[in-house]
Amino acid sequence: MKAITNYIRSLFLFELLKGLGLTGSYFFARKFTLQYPEQKAPVSPRFRGLHALRRYPNGEERCIACKLCEAVCPALAITIEAEPRDDGSRRTTRYDIDLFKCIYCGFCEESCPVDSIVETRVYEYHFENRGEQIMTKQMLLDIGDKYEEQLAADRAVQAGVR
Amino acid sequence: MNPLIELWTALPLVIQIVLKIVAIMLPVMILVAYYTYAERKIIGFMQVRNGPNRVGFFGFRLWGLGQPIADAVKLMFKEIVIPSGANKLLFLIAPMLSIGPALAAWAVFPFDAGIVLADINAGLLYILAMTSLGVYGVIIAGWASNSKYAFLGAIRSAAQIVSYEIAMGFALVGVLVAAGSLNLGDIVAAQQGSLLHWFWLPLLPLFLVYFISGVAETNRAPFDVAEGESEIVAGFHVEYSGMTFAVFFLAEYANMILISGLSALMFLGGWLSPLPAAWVDGVPLLGDGFHWLLTKTFFFMFLFLWFRATFPRYRYDQIMRLGWKVFIPITIVWIVVVAVMKVTAMPWWFN
Repeated sequence: MKAITNYIRSLFLFELLKGLGLTGSYFFARKFTLQYPEQKAPVSPRFRGLHALRRYPNGEERCIACKLCEAVCPALAITIEAEPRDDGSRRTTRYDIDLFKCIYCGFCEESCPVDSIVETRVYEYHFENRGEQIMTKQMLLDIGDKYEEQLAADRAVQAGVR
Repeated sequence: MNPLIELWTALPLVIQIVLKIVAIMLPVMILVAYYTYAERKIIGFMQVRNGPNRVGFFGFRLWGLGQPIADAVKLMFKEIVIPSGANKLLFLIAPMLSIGPALAAWAVFPFDAGIVLADINAGLLYILAMTSLGVYGVIIAGWASNSKYAFLGAIRSAAQIVSYEIAMGFALVGVLVAAGSLNLGDIVAAQQGSLLHWFWLPLLPLFLVYFISGVAETNRAPFDVAEGESEIVAGFHVEYSGMTFAVFFLAEYANMILISGLSALMFLGGWLSPLPAAWVDGVPLLGDGFHWLLTKTFFFMFLFLWFRATFPRYRYDQIMRLGWKVFIPITIVWIVVVAVMKVTAMPWWFN
């Protein structure tokens, strides 16, 4: 009996029509595609994008050249050289991040005792020539200055959980 | 007499025919181009995507309507790579062999009562012959490419098309028994009446078999084992690039439109209005006319795309099983039924 009903169902293409009904209903469904350059997906405050070096509100750079980030970096993307500054404080003379090596794991940010090296929400950047992927100290500081407001707000959101 | 008609009759016959051919081919080609666009758009919609929506004209996006033009231009400027070890002559002839019959079949296609390029009485036979010839393009392309994938695709499609040809032929036998003519115009005329007089009701099994065989004949999903992207890359046209590839593409889509048009002519009453003539007397657009044929053809063309968005590819042996053990018996039985209906002059359809 079951075989007969199965036979009749397959002869009348029952399952196929059901499938057509499903795709047919999706034809009218709302489309999820994000039209990227015009629309953008929301970004989490924990987003790990382009790096930046931050400053204190008085303009003093935060980095104290402890080299924890350099040590923790699993991709060896960070290169730091440090010397005492004229006023005797310990500062970096060179702080390079090779963005081709970087895997955006965020360990540098985690390890930083003074919240100096951070990763911003910026994910739209590109390089046109070899060598441009090395972010120097000055470039990182400039990025930090540009996005300081956003960076401070994102850090404030997460202050209790990290 | 109208000077335009005078000018037309003054033209030599050859020029007249060439102009008629252009008048058929140009819309078909434009339809093919925008059919590819419709395919991407409709399948995209069914997959909850938007489909192409960037390329437009003169800085306006127009929902991506410029896409097929951009694709065509791109393909025209691409290099035609001829693989080493390929049979150069056959390699270049194959796409033409595939598009030639696909376009030639339109010669006997009636667009409205009396509007047909060649009003021959063996129209259906001619169409059957032309659609069968298309398989040579595929086989020769597969063989001449000197590639294993192409060869596999060619063999698969040869066996598949030959098998489904039989079921398709039998389905058409049913139509011509019912209509009593091989002339496509007469076949449509025999369905005069209304929606319920069309052949799709008395010939329902043949109608379904014909359309499914048509999908198989054009190597479309779910019968696209000849291309089978996921198993044999692109099947018979792996080695083709640029315009040669585009010609295969044109042939495939022209065939799909042709099969859709033929299904509309033979089973859905072609240009006949679905409403009885007495109801729509004098109402514009509801009477018989080309627009009905166009609507019905578009419906079948949409089905092709809907199938592709819905069904996974058939396994090869199941294709053969379906063709030989399901479709051919069904059609043979139904031809007998149709013959009996015809002989006994069954009321409503055959009296």
